[in-house]
Amino acid sequence: MRKYSVFAVAREAMRGHRGWEAQWTSPEPRKEYDVIIIGAGGHGLGTAYYLAKEHGITNIAVLEKGWLGGGNTGRNTTIIRSNYLYDESAGIYDHALKLWDGLSQDLNYNVMYSARGVMMLSHNIHDQQVFKRHIHANRLNGIDNEWLTPEQAQEFCPPLDISKTARYPINGAALQRRGGTARHDAVAWGYARAAADRGVHIIQNCEVTGIRRNPDGSVAGVDTNRGQINAKKVGVVAAGHTSVLMEMAGVRMPLVSYPLQALVSEPIKPIFPCVVMSNTVHAYISQSDKGELVIGAGTDQYSSYSQTGGLQIITHTLDAICELFPIFRRMKMMRSWGGIVDVTPDRSPILAKTPVQGLYVNCGWGTGGFKATPGSANVFAHTIANDAPHKINAPFTLERFRSGRLIDEAAAAAVAH
Amino acid sequence: MLLIYCPYCEEERSELEFRQAGDAHIARPTNMTEMTDEEFEAFFFLRDNVKGLTFERWRHLNGCGRFFNAARDTVSDKFLTTYKAGLPKPDLSTLRPATEATVETYEATESDAK
Repeated sequence: MRKYSVFAVAREAMRGHRGWEAQWTSPEPRKEYDVIIIGAGGHGLGTAYYLAKEHGITNIAVLEKGWLGGGNTGRNTTIIRSNYLYDESAGIYDHALKLWDGLSQDLNYNVMYSARGVMMLSHNIHDQQVFKRHIHANRLNGIDNEWLTPEQAQEFCPPLDISKTARYPINGAALQRRGGTARHDAVAWGYARAAADRGVHIIQNCEVTGIRRNPDGSVAGVDTNRGQINAKKVGVVAAGHTSVLMEMAGVRMPLVSYPLQALVSEPIKPIFPCVVMSNTVHAYISQSDKGELVIGAGTDQYSSYSQTGGLQIITHTLDAICELFPIFRRMKMMRSWGGIVDVTPDRSPILAKTPVQGLYVNCGWGTGGFKATPGSANVFAHTIANDAPHKINAPFTLERFRSGRLIDEAAAAAVAH
Repeated sequence: MLLIYCPYCEEERSELEFRQAGDAHIARPTNMTEMTDEEFEAFFFLRDNVKGLTFERWRHLNGCGRFFNAARDTVSDKFLTTYKAGLPKPDLSTLRPATEATVETYEATESDAK
């Protein structure tokens, strides 16, 4: 792999950009691999990358039903933060945040991580109490999070309407300065390029139709539309389709899949310097480097695999955006789309071994998986390589729904569900 | 937005009046205190999360307020039928439409088109 650098850009500029090579190859699948990862999104490609880089396992296939990064990795609003309430969540999300910082250098690929600050708006006394509790809990875990007055919030984000007569008045905000955004496609492409460089096979348009088992019950491989592929270890990293895949191995999951929508506006000049979330009126907004306002809407209320959602969900979010930021009232929305998110009962992910020997699952990220991509991939690779969880993901088991040791971010994650 | 037929009001109303209320045809255990952790987990936490035809409960919350059951395709979101609570699963062999061919989802346009 040729290294990307300013010199490479200059060299290619001199010769008409004819020397750029493909970022990853599309090899024919082998008959057998050491590890198969199902799902070529950020979490799956990252898992393959860290298996190759940190655990010396390079005989890996990443199988993808559609195209690389075409699932939720390409459909989210790219918000990154780690200010979760519980110790377990703080551990895994902050592990990810530390990896985001330096990921571009690690992958030699500009993922455009921008720590521009994530500000959560408080609209009433209950928000204020909950956010301050979060701030104190976060500080005990060494995670930055601070309280802002309405005036400080407006100073940090000038388009914000803090007038007392606003429909949703603001009485303060919680700000995580290390939070921000990254370029979602670049995350998938960067991991794919770096993994392929270490010998990982990325096989797109390859749908898994069955999971094969040995007579003793352990995993033998997978059936795909491109034939049978054997492997002793299979990692399922398939977001909304996890239940469908795990059912092939006879494992019933504590998951429900919902459509989650997002939309972008027409591109405009830089106006919005940070990420703003309001859970009470349900709005997420930031501005991409292309200039589009990136807006996150809510999930539909019913389970679905449709990768689309109701128009009323989007209009509800735009109502809130226009009230919080009157300056955007006349903007046009350009595109909207939906992804399928897999939601657990406690709104915390599952990164764990399963009852089937050799089968591992990384799922349940619900509406907020993008921020965790590097951390999730990193500890999931550890779990697969050692057949035992890393201490960071040890609490995120499948068995917690039997033992009752839930990581109940459902009410605590500071987002509306 | 979906139009949903309420079998009690006997008319199609907007999705906004309804709430989904989980899987249908699940009998609540009567011996909750004697159940093992595995049995409780299976009842309370684990879900089939079906891709395709599923039977589920809905409630006409901002209407008559009553619970009823529905058969819905979770790929196209099309309701095949709705029926009153307490009735057995209907015979869908006569009802099942070819939804995937008519709805422009990823599944219909990309997966099966290959």
